[in-house]
Amino acid sequence: MMTFLASGGPQNPLIPEPTELIIGLLCFFIVFGVLGKKLLPNIQKTLEERRDAIEGGLERAEAAQAEATRTLEEYKAQLAEARHEAARITEQAREQGAMIIAEMREEAQRQREAIIAAGHAQIEAERRQVTVALRQEVGRLATDLAGRIVGESLEDAARQSRVVDRFLSDLEVKAEQTQGAAT
Amino acid sequence: MSAHTLPLAEGGCHINANCGFPAPGLNSFDFKPIFSIGSIDFTKPMLLAVICMLIVVGFFWTAFAKPKLIPGKLQLVGEIGYNFIARGIAREVIGKKGDKYIPFLMSIFFFVWIMNIMSIIPLAQFPATSRFAFPVALAALVWITYMFLTFKTHGLKGGVKNLVWLDGLPKPIAPLIVLLEFIQNVITRPFTLAVRLWANMFAGHMLIVMFSVAAWYLLTPSFMAAIAGGSFILSVAMTAFELLIQFLQAYIFTLLASIYISGALEEGH
Repeated sequence: MMTFLASGGPQNPLIPEPTELIIGLLCFFIVFGVLGKKLLPNIQKTLEERRDAIEGGLERAEAAQAEATRTLEEYKAQLAEARHEAARITEQAREQGAMIIAEMREEAQRQREAIIAAGHAQIEAERRQVTVALRQEVGRLATDLAGRIVGESLEDAARQSRVVDRFLSDLEVKAEQTQGAAT
Repeated sequence: MSAHTLPLAEGGCHINANCGFPAPGLNSFDFKPIFSIGSIDFTKPMLLAVICMLIVVGFFWTAFAKPKLIPGKLQLVGEIGYNFIARGIAREVIGKKGDKYIPFLMSIFFFVWIMNIMSIIPLAQFPATSRFAFPVALAALVWITYMFLTFKTHGLKGGVKNLVWLDGLPKPIAPLIVLLEFIQNVITRPFTLAVRLWANMFAGHMLIVMFSVAAWYLLTPSFMAAIAGGSFILSVAMTAFELLIQFLQAYIFTLLASIYISGALEEGH
């Protein structure tokens, strides 16, 4: 042992050699520099991306499922509404149809009555016309007849007319009396 | 005498050859310079440190330079390493704030681990960390980080308080505790951090060398051969054991670094 020390052999192992110290620091800084500046940020980014890809995938799947469920609900709601709407429209149409039919029926009734009334009026008018015409005709015929029978022509037209009218009125009264007696 | 001081079992020195046991000692940790630039010698431990640096950088470069969403084998291995430090240490010890220190912790862990592993790699067969300078360099960096963060987080007064004061300290023993806390946090911590790693690697290497040399020394055509065999088996067993220790020491070093950082960032003491 003494010979080692004497011949400048091993030193105290607890005294760090400066060259080794410097080389150790240098090597460490190179490792630290390369890892810290380039490689670890690289892998951190990749790990983050991977986590994102996995969790993101799950999240996306969940979102898609929720979306699908919501769409289904929407469709169902829409379908129900459509059915309801259809029922409502049918009902309305039915009501409207009934109303139209009723209206048309009423209209027809009204028209028929109008036609009938018009017919009645026309008949009445015609009857009156005929009565007047008949009265004149009958008067003239009767006068003619009476003149011929009497052989004398009544000169006065007014008197003639009065006589005829009186005669006809008597006839009408007589007819009404007979009618009233009959009923 | 000079024959006995030949490094290790150089030559055919066996127990019957009338030559003493060439016990491995501190000389096992000294190397002839590979080359010298002026008075600066470049030795094997330095070469190993550079190689370890290249291995760590090279591995993570191939693993992480072009990371893919679906990792290849190498990237997967790298990611396991990353998660081990990022989740197992940084998140576990420091919490969310620890994310910033992942590169630092990761560099420490893998650099130290690979330097330790060199102990059992054929041809290298020497842990660079058993040269005190390397643990000292790293412990110094941890210490500087620790101090810097302490004062950056708490300011000058708060930083000092964080280092030496404990809440609810009874007045009479305050001076003593302050002194002890100061010694522990400012002096002992970096020292033990460096020594723990160095001593473990030093002792581990010494054991392996010891049993290997003994196996060779005792290997003679006599009953000593049995002991030589036992010694050889022990050296193999020690090598396997060292594999565990190397990992463990790198882990402990990194864990303590993260605990110091966590302590510096903590609110209050």
